[in-house]
Amino acid sequence: MKLILKINKISFKAQKYIFFLFIVVLSIGVVEALILSPSDYKQSDSVRIMYVHVPSAWTSIGIFSVIAILSLGNLVFKNKYFLTIAKSLAPSGLIFNIIALVTGSIWGKPTWGTWWAWDARITSMLVLCIFYILYILSWRVFENKESVKKITSLISILGLINLPIIKFSVEWWATLHQPASIKLSGSSIHSSMLLPLFVMTAAFVLFSILIFLMKYNTELIKIKNKGLDRI
Amino acid sequence: MINEIFSMNGYGLYVWASFIFTIICFVGLYFQIKLQLKKEQEKFKIKYFDLTKEETETLKKQETYREILAFTNISKI
Repeated sequence: MKLILKINKISFKAQKYIFFLFIVVLSIGVVEALILSPSDYKQSDSVRIMYVHVPSAWTSIGIFSVIAILSLGNLVFKNKYFLTIAKSLAPSGLIFNIIALVTGSIWGKPTWGTWWAWDARITSMLVLCIFYILYILSWRVFENKESVKKITSLISILGLINLPIIKFSVEWWATLHQPASIKLSGSSIHSSMLLPLFVMTAAFVLFSILIFLMKYNTELIKIKNKGLDRI
Repeated sequence: MINEIFSMNGYGLYVWASFIFTIICFVGLYFQIKLQLKKEQEKFKIKYFDLTKEETETLKKQETYREILAFTNISKI
């Protein structure tokens, strides 16, 4: 509970610092990605799409994992703040998912010759997008507090099953999408490309933290507004 | 140099479209959430000014309310 109060306190104060840091890191990342990093020997300059496509896919998957863990946590510990945090994370997760799908599609045209393929990796990312939409819609549609808690938890836990499918789809099925280039055991990407990739990932994570803090503040004020009605 | 950056060996349209789409999504989401936050802050302000002096004193004893009051720059002088 003390930790939650700390998050509440930080959420109001940290926004401007995170925003400033995000702008700085994003600027460095964009310069690195568009100008300083080398082009690929096979894909030429189209490889630069990787610097927005891959970080957005990583962030989107990461955010959904956190949402699902928090929903599980709420079922076990019955802490209402878990769901408020999860709800506040969802908008940035959805946006990153959409960015991953759209930039992936744009990247697909010059490399595969098509905008879209019903490939296992792409389809499982689309399924994740549907889970995000269902999760956000449930918060808007259902008014009964208890049912919305159950439904959103169910959606996020069911969506969790999809995450290993996204991760291993390129190994389990023959796909157009290339296998993972960065693994825990090492990377097949040269450091000159790896650096901008990590800088852009840091920028995207900072943006999701910024949006989370703003949304979390909105939710907190909403709760306290209801409290004022009862006075 | 500038031409090279724009043309990207013929892939400029794809690369720039990806980056511009990403930035548009960021800006759109940021302002949408900011608008929601402002709306809730305004609601809070209106409700807060309707409270009696005793009620506002009670609110100020709660930490989250204190944070919101500081964040929304409300003073009831």
